[in-house]
Formats: sequence, C-alpha cells, structure tokens
Amino acid sequence: MLLAEGLRHRFGAVTALDDVSFRVQPGQTLAVFGPNGAGKTTLLKVLAGLIQPQQGRAQVDGGRRAIGWIGHQPQLYSQLTVRENLRFWASLYDVAVPGDLLSRLGLTEYADRPVRALSRGLVQRVAIARALVHDPAVLLLDEPFTGLDRTAAEAFSGLIAQHAAAGRATVLVTHNVEEGTGLATDVAFMRRGRFVHFAPRGRRGPAQVAEEYRNAIV
Amino acid sequence: MPSSSSLRHACAVASKDLLVEFRSRTGILSAVVFVVLVLMVFNFGRDPTAVSNLVLAPSILWVTFTFAAILALNRAFQLELENQALDGLLLAPIGRGSIYLGKLVANLVFVATVEVIGVPLVALFFNVEVWPHIGPLAAIITLATLGFVAVGTLFSAMTVRTRFAELLLPVVLLPFMILPLMWATLATTSVLADRPLSEIGGSLKMLAGYDIVFVVVSLLLFPATVNE
Amino acid sequence: MRLLRAGRWITAIALLLLAGVYVRALVYTPVERLQGLAQKIYYLHVPAAIWAETAMIIVGIASIFYLFLKDPRLDRFAHASAEVGTVFAVLMLTTGPIWGKPIWGTWWSWDARLTLALFLFLLYVGYLLLRSAVADPASRARFAAVLGICGMVLVPFVHFSVYMFRTLHPMPIVLKPSEPSLPGRTTSSTTSLTSFCSGVTISRWIDSGSGMISTLRRRLHLLGLVAHLVDPSDHVKGLLRQLVVLSFQDLFE
Repeated sequence: MLLAEGLRHRFGAVTALDDVSFRVQPGQTLAVFGPNGAGKTTLLKVLAGLIQPQQGRAQVDGGRRAIGWIGHQPQLYSQLTVRENLRFWASLYDVAVPGDLLSRLGLTEYADRPVRALSRGLVQRVAIARALVHDPAVLLLDEPFTGLDRTAAEAFSGLIAQHAAAGRATVLVTHNVEEGTGLATDVAFMRRGRFVHFAPRGRRGPAQVAEEYRNAIV
Repeated sequence: MPSSSSLRHACAVASKDLLVEFRSRTGILSAVVFVVLVLMVFNFGRDPTAVSNLVLAPSILWVTFTFAAILALNRAFQLELENQALDGLLLAPIGRGSIYLGKLVANLVFVATVEVIGVPLVALFFNVEVWPHIGPLAAIITLATLGFVAVGTLFSAMTVRTRFAELLLPVVLLPFMILPLMWATLATTSVLADRPLSEIGGSLKMLAGYDIVFVVVSLLLFPATVNE
Repeated sequence: MRLLRAGRWITAIALLLLAGVYVRALVYTPVERLQGLAQKIYYLHVPAAIWAETAMIIVGIASIFYLFLKDPRLDRFAHASAEVGTVFAVLMLTTGPIWGKPIWGTWWSWDARLTLALFLFLLYVGYLLLRSAVADPASRARFAAVLGICGMVLVPFVHFSVYMFRTLHPMPIVLKPSEPSLPGRTTSSTTSLTSFCSGVTISRWIDSGSGMISTLRRRLHLLGLVAHLVDPSDHVKGLLRQLVVLSFQDLFE
C-alpha cells in the first residue's frame, strides 16, 4: 500500500511537485501520464525515498525493502554476468535469488553471459529480474517502455500484469499514453507538478484516454 | 558503530567492485605499466654520482602509488554511473555508510595490489634494501594510503558527476594527498637510510591521526554527496 | 542598487583606512637592524597569513551550518569567504618571496610557511573549481559544503606541520602557546586588514545575494567599524565581535 499526501517540492525556481496526493492499494496500477518536465520522475523518487519532499509526505508499507524500481536505465553492471548481477542485488536486500526467477523471465540460457553481450530487450528483462529479485510489494516504473520494440513491450506489459494480479501495487509513469493505459486501473495526468486528472480507468480504452490526455495537457 | 548487516553490505559492495575490476583488468594493468615506466625513466635519467638511489627511491615509490590511487578513485564511481547502478544502490535498504565503506575497501585493495608489486620492483631496480625494513615500511604505506584513499573516495563521489570529472578529482584532492605524502616520504627516506625507528614515530602518529579524522569525516559527509 | 552601494562603501572606507595604517607602518616605524626595509613586508604578510587560514575555517563553519539548515545564504557566505581567502593566499605567495629574496637569496624555498600558503591556495582553487564545475545549484552547494568542511579540518593539520619541520622561516610568533609578541604596529595592521577582509567578504556576499539586507543596518554597522579603527590600540576582540555580529545578524534576520 502506497500513500502520498500533499507533496510539494521545488528545484530552485522550478516546481516539480505541487500538492500531489493519492493512494494506491494492493492490486492497483496507477498510470501517471505527463510531458517531460512535469515532475513524474521526481514523484517516483519521492515515493522511493530517494528525495525528501520539502513538504508533505510519502509512505510505502515496508519501506525501501518492499520497493522495486524499473527505469529506462537497467541499473546493472555490464561486465558481470546475469547471475552475478542478481546475486549482488539480492544480497543488498538480504535475500537469496529465487530459484524460478530466471526461468520465469526466460533468461536461463543467458544466465552466465555478461550483461554487455545481451540485446536491449534481454537487458530489460534482466532489469526486471533485478527489480523482482526481492519479491517487492510495490513496483515503481519510470518510462519503462523506452527503447523497447513492439514484442518486447508486449512481453513487458504481460509481466507487469502478472505482477499486479498477484496483488502488488504499481505506479507507472510515462509520456506514452497508448502503452501505459492497458495496464492501468487508475489514470492520472500530470502537468507542472499537479494532477490535472485523477480517476479510475473504468472502461476507457487507450485511444479514449489518449484523447482526454491531449485535451487536458495541451 | 556499524552493525553486522551494514558491514555485510559493505563487503558485498566491495566484492562486487573487485569482481568488476578483475573482469576488465584494464585499471590494474595501466597502473603496473606506469610503475615500470617510471622506474625505467628514472633509471635512465639519473646521474649515479649526483643522486643516490636512497634519495630517489622513496619519491618514486610514492609517485607511482598516488597515480594508482587516482586511477582507482576515478573508476570507482564511474562504474556506478554507466547504467545508473548508483540509484539502485541508493534504493536498496542499505546505509549510505555501507556504500562508502565498500568503495573504500575496494579502492584500498586496488592500490595495495599496485603497492605489493611496486615495492619489490623498486627494491630490485634501484638496489635498495627493503626486506629488513619491511615492518615499518608496511606500516607507513598502509597509513598513508588509507589517508588519501579515504578522502579520495569521498571526493570521487562528487567529481564523477561534474564536467571534467577525471581532471577535477586530482585538483581537488591535491592538498589532501600532499599532507600524508609528505609524512610518508619523510618516514620512508628515514627508514631506508637505516635511521633509528624512534625518528619516524612523529610521522606515524600524524598519519594515524590524519587517518582517523578523515575516515570519520568522510563517513559522516558521504551521505551529503549522494542524497538529494 | 542601494545594498550594493552600501557594501561597496564599506570596502572603500576600509581601504582608505588600510592605506592610512600602511603609510604609518611604512614611514613612521624604525627600520629593522638586520633585515632592513624588507621586514616591512611583515605587516602585510602576517595578517594575510592569519586571514588566509581563518577564511578557510569560516568556509568550513558556514558549510556545516548549510548542511543542517540548507539555507542558500549560508552557501553564498561560504563562497564569498573562499574568494577572500584566495586573495589572501595569493598575497602570501607574492609577499613571501619578495621578503625572502633579499634574506634567503632565492625566490622560493620549500620552507614551512610558504608551503602552508601554497596549500591554502590549492585548497581555495580546488573549492572554486568544484563550484564552477557543478551546474545544479543545490548539488553545487552540497558539494562545496563537503569540500569546505574537509578543507577546514585540514587546516590545523597543515598549520601544525610548521612546528614539525625544520624551517628557514621565522617561527610563527603570533599563534604560539605564549603571548603574541609582535609590536603594536603589526597588530593594528591586522585589525585594519580584518576590517578590509570583512568589508570585502560582506560586499561580495551582498553582490551575490541581493535583496536581503537593510541599508540602514549597513550604515550603522559601518559607523561602528570606523569608530573601532580610529582607536589605534588593539581592539582585535572588539572588531572580531563586530565582524561576527555584522555577518550573522543578517543571516538570521
């Protein structure tokens, strides 16, 4: 369970967060859409505990131990193998690498290859494995579809859907409305640090949400 | 006092760093090549009647060790920036101090490797008796290295994200390196010249004091370099 | 801008008084028997040495407060102090050899005091370079604070190295465990240099952070400073108190 209350944060003269409040329950996926510079990454960083908000508070049940992060950068060491990477990150969370993690993500045959030898799509899968290695209750996704082709993006969406079905909470931020809507249970539009729209997705499809987004933001 | 889990995390960070370095090996090779280069140049360049080996050896020793240290320091956090792994480290439920200690240990191991190779090489090429003084020498080398690597690890966390990162680190680190180097070179000269051990007591005390103060200060200031 | 002008007035008047003190020092003091006219450089070199070190300590203290309070004014104050410190370190590096050439016969010697000056200069240059290399203001302030604190901690180590090494330089006779034993002229030039330093620090600080300080306050403080300086006896404590009040009162207003 994830909670944000009255978050405000400025970087000098730029307002990154302007009174943002919301709640995400287990099983829900909140998709936050917004243009670059709207404050989306700042929001995620505050939720993750990387930035202390100047005002307001953010709380994640279980603290940093319960958070998994997938961004457009894989957060891996390219000279180490997949297995070595996973083992290292697992040790920071004081857990062992789950036995089925590699097979679940189709990475078994690449386990002992160095990360730098893998294609972009595979690297993203390893990044997902890294984020899931400690079985987090909350997933934070920062522009995760960047650089993924159609197939890889679909595979990724499938994984996230599985994760949500297992009862985890997810916050996804992206400027790509089409790809994000399918996963969302709740939708928010963010502009200059504020939520200008925040509602359950209901039955709206990607095209409809994209239309509303264009109207709201432009 | 650091808890056992934070020490464990520090060990994890350190072993990861060393594993990465071992895989690529470019750092350690460059450092060793530099040592050999310096030794050869100094040998060809000097006039045996004008300058004795005993005068040159300590300076050569410390020049090569500092170069190795700067090399290690520049790479330490560079590694974390490549794929934004640093954010991953900050997200994990580990103390910031563990990251600092892990990096510090990895850097020390790197520099120590160069030193273990360098000292016998200097002894060999410059015909200097090192073995009878190995105890005091080891003490001096350990204390001085800890001093500038501790501060260097802290600074490299900052400089790695600036413009001219590799140039800025040595410039900023310079005054903090010269001081331990000053005492170390003095003490090394004294030891190699067979002077009584009591003479280096003062230098060793200053080095130890410097180490304690700056390791503590660096540990306390490290979170400020990575937290926003 | 009125605030800027006020800061510049302080510096201008302090400079005038400084000139007055130096005229008195150079013309009206007896020529030293052994060292001749070169000894007069002492009146510049010694206060410069004191201030080059003190400025670094001020940078460190302001940095510590910044890391706790996160007030950008503290960061600007540290920056201003570092710039002033650089000036004095350069002063030391130039007056030192000028004094040394007739006495030692060489322009540079690796004696402890000059080496101290070089250390301080390198510290300041490193600090200013680090500041200029960081684009984001918040990171810049944080990084500069870290470096400032480390620099402050380094200063006592460097200072006490003076006592541990053989030196050509006259032993530091002001910061000895016993009484300072300089003649009155030097201490009064120290106080005027103090006022000069404070004037420059404050005007640089005002330059960088406009809109913060009331003009009336400035003028009152200036009058206080002038009153202290006109009195020729050692009022170092009074002046230092003035400096502290002046600088920090406005920080917390």
